[in-house]
Amino acid sequence: MSNDPIKVIDEKCVGCTLCEKSCPFGAITMKERLAEIDLTTCTLCGACVEACKFEAIEMRQKEAPAKDLSDYKDVWVFAEQSDGHIESVTYELLGEGRKLADELGMDLCAVLIGSEIKDKAAELTSRGADKVYLIDQPELVYFQDEPYAAVLIDLIKTHKPNIVLCGATTIGRSLVSRVAVSVDAGLTADCTGLAIDPETKNLLQTRPAFGGNIMATIVSPNNRPQMATVRHKVMKEADVDSSRQGEVLIKEIAAEILKSRTTRREFVPETENTVNIAEANIIVSGGRGLQSPENFEVLREFAEVIGAGIGASRAAVDADWIPYSHQVGQTGKTVCPRIYIACGISGQIQHLAGMSSADIIVAINRDPEAPIFNIATYGIVGNALEIVPMLTKEFRKVLGK
Amino acid sequence: MHFVVCIKQVPETTDVKINPETNTLIREGVDSIVNPFDVYAIEEALRLRDKLGGKVTAISMGPPQAEAVLREAIAMGVNEGILVSDRAFAGSDTWATSYTLAMAIKKIGDYDVVLFGKQASDGDTAQVGPGVATHLDLPQITYVRKIEEVDESHIVAERLLENGYESVEAPLPVALTVVKEINDPRLPSLKGKMAARKAEIPTWSAEDIGADPACLGLDGSPTKVVKIFTPPSREGGEIFEGEPHECAEKLVKALKEIVVEANA
Repeated sequence: MSNDPIKVIDEKCVGCTLCEKSCPFGAITMKERLAEIDLTTCTLCGACVEACKFEAIEMRQKEAPAKDLSDYKDVWVFAEQSDGHIESVTYELLGEGRKLADELGMDLCAVLIGSEIKDKAAELTSRGADKVYLIDQPELVYFQDEPYAAVLIDLIKTHKPNIVLCGATTIGRSLVSRVAVSVDAGLTADCTGLAIDPETKNLLQTRPAFGGNIMATIVSPNNRPQMATVRHKVMKEADVDSSRQGEVLIKEIAAEILKSRTTRREFVPETENTVNIAEANIIVSGGRGLQSPENFEVLREFAEVIGAGIGASRAAVDADWIPYSHQVGQTGKTVCPRIYIACGISGQIQHLAGMSSADIIVAINRDPEAPIFNIATYGIVGNALEIVPMLTKEFRKVLGK
Repeated sequence: MHFVVCIKQVPETTDVKINPETNTLIREGVDSIVNPFDVYAIEEALRLRDKLGGKVTAISMGPPQAEAVLREAIAMGVNEGILVSDRAFAGSDTWATSYTLAMAIKKIGDYDVVLFGKQASDGDTAQVGPGVATHLDLPQITYVRKIEEVDESHIVAERLLENGYESVEAPLPVALTVVKEINDPRLPSLKGKMAARKAEIPTWSAEDIGADPACLGLDGSPTKVVKIFTPPSREGGEIFEGEPHECAEKLVKALKEIVVEANA
C-alpha cells in the first residue's frame, strides 16, 4: 500500500479539474481525465481537498503524538543584544509575545544571554516580561553559534517552553535553526503574523513565500516548543512601564556546554551608513537611475536629514556603487520600514520582493511606466537627482535641521 | 580535499504571477533554475578546489527533474552530482530536509567543507544550512561574504552581520552558507557542458542513505501548512502632478507627520 501523504482516489475522480485550478503551487495536472498530484511540488496545504466536490483527494494525517505536550508552558523571547545593547526587534517580540501569553494564560519570559548584562534584565521586565532567564558568563560576550545554541537548548529542555520567538536577523536565523533541529521542534522562518488558534491553542504562524507573492499559515501541532523567527518592524514594540516588576532567574551554565569550535578574530562595524536598514523606520533607496556612484551622495544627504537608512537595488550594487549590505530584494535584504523611498528604481519583481511590505512606498522615477508605480503609495514622475535635493531642502525646514 | 555543495532547484520566480481570478500562482511555462544563492556556493567550492586540490560534489534533494541543476553544476566545473530523490521525501519541511541532506552527506563520508547558498529563493527560510550542520554536528559560519584563509585543517571567513562583519575561524570539517557578495560565478565552459551531458548522476533513495522513515517527509516534519492565501494587493497610489518643486512639496506634506514621528 502506498504511504503517500496525499493521493487521488481514481475511482472517485471525475476529471472536473476543480483541484487543478485550486492548487496554488501548480502541483496538479490532468492525466487521462484523472487528477495527478506531483508530490515534489505539493506542500500538502489541503486547498485541493477542500475544492474537490467528490471527496476524491485524501490527505493522510500524521499520527497523534505519543508525548504529552501539556507540560510545555510559557512564551519565550530570545533577547538579542550586541555589546549590551538590546536590539529593537526584541521589544517587538515582547509586544507580540505578551498578547500570545495573555491569550494562553501563560507567562512571558525573555532569555538574555551575554556577559555583564545583568542590568539589562530590567529593560525586559519593563517591556512586559514576567521572567527573565539571565545567562551572564564571560564566554558569552558576543554571539557564537554553538555556545548560544547550547545554552538555549539546555534551557528549553529544562524549562519546556510552549513557544519560542526570535528575531529573523542574521544571528536569530543562524541560532534557532540549530536549536530547532536539536530539540525536535518545528520552526517557521520570517513570520509576519502570529495568532493563537482558538480551538487547538496552536500557534498560527503566517509568513510570506515566493518573494511575498503568497502567504502561508503554518502550525506545529505535535511538537513543542513551537518556534518562529519574526521579521523586523512588523510587530509593534512593547511600551515601557518602568514600574513593572519581574522575576530575574540567573542560570549558571556548565563550562563544557559553552565550548565553541568557531572563534571570532575581529568585528568590523559597517561605516558606510550608521542606520541598519533592517531596523530602519525610513529607507531611502537608489537604483540605476542615479547614474553614478557619486550621485549616491545626494541620497546620503537626504537620508541623514530624515534619519533614514540607505538601500539600493541590485543594479546599483552590481555596478559597485554601494556595498552589498545595502541591497534590498530577493538576493539582498528584506525590509519592512514605515516609509520606503525608491529613487531611480524601476521595480523589478526581485526588488519588490524585498520591500513591498513597507507601510508607505514612494517612487521617484523618470519612466511613468516603471512597475514601481504600481505599488507606490505616492509617486513622482521625474528625475530623482533633481527631486531629492528639493526634498532634502523642504525636510530641513520641516524638521528644523 | 572534498567540497560538498548542496543545491536546490527552484522556479525562476521572475515569472511567478498570481491569477487574479483563481488567486493561485501561474506556473505554466515557468523555468526551473539553480537557486540563485547556490550558484555562489558552487563557485566558491570550485575556487576552494582550485586552490587546495581535491574534488567538488554537488547534491540536490528533489524530484527526478532536479537532475538538471546537478548537470548545470557539472557544467560549471563540479566533478560529480548526486540526486537524492524518493517519494518518501514528499511534504518535507526544513527539519526533514536537513535530516535527509545530512544522511546523504554522511553516506558521502569524507568531506571537508559543506557549502550552501544563504537561503533558497522560493522558501526563503535560511534554515537548511544550519540544520544540516546540526545533524552532522559541524561548526557553522553563516552569511559568509569572503574566505580569508583556508588550508587542510582550518578556515577563516568573514560573516556578514546586520551592523558590519566579523572574521570567524573554524576547524575543518565545517559548514558554510554564502551570500552573493562572496564571488562572481563563472559561466559554464564548452568542456563543462560536454561533461555535463555525459555525466552519470546517481539517484539515492531513502533506503540508500539509511534514513529512518519516521524522520522523512510528512512524518519527519514538525511544521504543517494549514492555509495558503494571496496577500492583500496594494491599492493604487497617488501620482503627484505638476512642476518638480510642486511635486516635492506635495510629497513632503504627505510624509511630514510620519517622518517627524520617526525622528522623535
